[in-house]
Amino acid sequence: MKLNLTTGFWLVGLQTVLVTGAVKASTAASPADPAVPSIFSPSSTPAYSIYHLSLFVLAVTGFIFVVVFSLLAYAVIKFRLRAEDDGREPAQIYGSNQVELAWTVIPVLIVVVLFLAAARVIHAIEDAKFPPGTTEITAIGHQFWWEYQYPGQGFVTANELHVPVSDREHPTPTHITLLSADTNHSFWVPQLAGKTDLIPNRVNSMWIDPHETGVFVGQCAQYCGTQHAKMLLRVIVESREDFDKWLANEKQPAATLDSVRQGRHIFETTACVNCHTVAGTNAKGKFGPDLTHLMSRETIASGATANTQENLRLWIKDPDAIKPGSLMPAMQMSDQEIDAVTGYLLTLH
Amino acid sequence: MLDADSISKPMFVPPSEATTLPLFDRVHEWIVTVDHKKLGLMYLGYGILFLVIGGLEATVMRIQLAIPHNHFVSPQAFNELFTMHGTTMVFLVGMPLLFGFANYMVPLMIGARDMAFPRLNAWSFWMSALGGIILYFSFIGGNGLYGAGGAPDVGWFAYAPLTARAFSPGHSTDYWAIGLLVSGFGSIGTALNIVTTVLCMRCPGMTLGRMPLFVWLNMVMSAMVLIVISPLTAAQIMLLIDRYLGGHFFDTQAGGSAVIWMHFFWIFGHPEVYVLIIPGFAIASEIIPVFSRKPIFGYAIMVAATLSIGFLSLGVWAHHMFTIGMTSYSNAFFTATTMAVGVPTGIKIFNWLGTMWGGKIRFSIPMMFCVAFLFQFLIAGLTGIMLSAAPFDWQLGNSYFVVAHFHYVLIGGLVFTIFAALYYWFPKISGRMYNETLGKWHFWLFLIGFHLTFDFMHIPGVLGMPRRIYTYEAGRGWEIWNLIISVGVIFQIAGVLCWVVNFLWSYFKGKPAGDDPWDAWTLEWSTSSPPPDYNFAMIPVVRSRRPLWDLKHPEDPDWKYE
Repeated sequence: MKLNLTTGFWLVGLQTVLVTGAVKASTAASPADPAVPSIFSPSSTPAYSIYHLSLFVLAVTGFIFVVVFSLLAYAVIKFRLRAEDDGREPAQIYGSNQVELAWTVIPVLIVVVLFLAAARVIHAIEDAKFPPGTTEITAIGHQFWWEYQYPGQGFVTANELHVPVSDREHPTPTHITLLSADTNHSFWVPQLAGKTDLIPNRVNSMWIDPHETGVFVGQCAQYCGTQHAKMLLRVIVESREDFDKWLANEKQPAATLDSVRQGRHIFETTACVNCHTVAGTNAKGKFGPDLTHLMSRETIASGATANTQENLRLWIKDPDAIKPGSLMPAMQMSDQEIDAVTGYLLTLH
Repeated sequence: MLDADSISKPMFVPPSEATTLPLFDRVHEWIVTVDHKKLGLMYLGYGILFLVIGGLEATVMRIQLAIPHNHFVSPQAFNELFTMHGTTMVFLVGMPLLFGFANYMVPLMIGARDMAFPRLNAWSFWMSALGGIILYFSFIGGNGLYGAGGAPDVGWFAYAPLTARAFSPGHSTDYWAIGLLVSGFGSIGTALNIVTTVLCMRCPGMTLGRMPLFVWLNMVMSAMVLIVISPLTAAQIMLLIDRYLGGHFFDTQAGGSAVIWMHFFWIFGHPEVYVLIIPGFAIASEIIPVFSRKPIFGYAIMVAATLSIGFLSLGVWAHHMFTIGMTSYSNAFFTATTMAVGVPTGIKIFNWLGTMWGGKIRFSIPMMFCVAFLFQFLIAGLTGIMLSAAPFDWQLGNSYFVVAHFHYVLIGGLVFTIFAALYYWFPKISGRMYNETLGKWHFWLFLIGFHLTFDFMHIPGVLGMPRRIYTYEAGRGWEIWNLIISVGVIFQIAGVLCWVVNFLWSYFKGKPAGDDPWDAWTLEWSTSSPPPDYNFAMIPVVRSRRPLWDLKHPEDPDWKYE
């Protein structure tokens, strides 16, 4: 029995060390590898505020853990029945009001402190005021992709969100209005901010002010249907110049090259146009992602796969091969038609 | 007249001569029974059956998630699995198992011969059973006559508008709604029964202040069930009105509100967590004193802490909704109430610690499970405190961290105490002792499996992995953790197998246990093992919280000090 107990403590202790170590290790590794969307490698004020709060909460709970764990471990080892026991019952103690008072008052005080720390961050993030020059974006959740509107700029894009980098001294945040076209979704890019849900018939909002350029990943964090898992998020944080350049390009109508006239004709005369928009053409559908500048995006199918000729072709031929349960139907085209349409899409820079 | 001696000898009457009835008659006897012990056992059997089913569903999910981009099950099947797993574990495992213990033990512990309403008791059990059957019938009947079946795939929380007919055609969601509606009637019936039994059926001398904590806590749990099942039932009916009678409560396409569903669901759903864990506390509050050889430390404070948990838990539901865009005031309010629940919960842990302090702890299997429960529940509570801070929840909510947290509560806390209770009362229920060695194998394998799975599950959550996804991207730092999590399942299954083998073998071949193998103090140990149909030949009379202690220590009885 003694052996068992000791093993047990080693086991639990080892687990604790492992878990703590692992979290630390992955946190340390994160900045080097932007693909790990760790909440402990923040890059935007809301994420930083939460990060600092979480360190404080972890310190307090860690302290409680060490104290109570030690007391429990001590009690379990110290007061176990010994082999040389005299067989008499131990002293029967029914309680102690002083001790009860102590372990009521101390937790109450801890709770008050934790609450104040949390309330401060809630207020700072939720009730933030936005300076002039704030970029306004509307994100609309769809089953299973993201629509991004840039009000005032007159264009719509999808799945890859471009935002300008923000200076720490003179922040130029991005304010995102969150809407849903169908079921509930949740916008979560851990390095930029906590998650906020997109709920039909409800206007939510959040804000970010990324401090460094780069790609930040995340994904839908509220179960929204069959392909909830592949409703990925990519936020591309760019310098002001790059962002303006991207804006200028997005505002242009779609390219119309003669070389892909056939593909374009097929696209515009099949059901493609019922769901997709290509600005400047008769394709004005709203159910699917806007394709005007499809080739400016690195991924398709809401981040499910890379935006390459092969994948585009497969996506048109059999969307279920990439994202089973996606609402894009297989278009039942001949191989030549698919090639032609793919060729057309490849020109939409 | 009211002295301890009157509960001595005359209480034991040998069970009537054993007669073996034909199989059909024996089955019939169980089906028509209104005996609280038989119904309790049926609740336990029902819960254990679904525990195995729900566990297998989890196993399939863990195989699918062991590596990224796995193709073990389809996205649709995965969504059905997590919906059924969650619904099963809460409604068809947690509640029946706890009602089973309450049914079996509460009358015995308060010196009664049955529940207050034996027929209602039977009705409630069969309603719960029917609910489970309806839910599982969806696997074969979900799409009705149209061919392939389909279990519900809307999540156990079934957020609107995913449950609207536009997004959930067919009948799978109806099976979910009606199954829970029906089993909810059963829960309400049993809860009513337990409250009435405790208030009206106590033996002479057993004042409220002398009831075992197990009885107190189960009464609080039952009172909570009465309060919180009602909004769930109302919501299910509204959902069915939406789906079939053209209502628009939650139908967002017609102006309904998705958020109203969340409120209805979580005003049930969060207290429900306490409905599940309070009976776990009840079990620990019986076992820890007996195996520490000391009375529970701070009995009155324990009762008060339970009542305040019950009360506070009714005001914390919106901490499940921190991310829906509530105002900063609402978020701060629910942060405060949620943290406040931590205080009485902490007090409970301290009182169990105080109970062990200065005792002589015997590490039999029930106590081993309870000690593991204490450590694990400590961790579960602390991760709960982390999640209660709304901003921290904006990051951790709906991530694998939350999944790890509540499995720590429900497995590390509840399932461990349920196993403790099963080992503790197995000798009383079966009359035989379990096998100690197999019990230790069960404990250690399950402990290792539990920690492999749920300790490491916190990490992918911190690294941004959301829950309810059937697969995940490689290269996000999640692979190794998911693999370890899945490996842990193997140990848990091995542990549970040891337990099944142990109990089956011991039921037939175990050594006779005697009436009071643990040298315990509550009334159920004063009657024979298994107890006769009438429980007690003579209704006992008690003078303290530990009637059997008084009996065994006439020189130093409890009633001198209480």
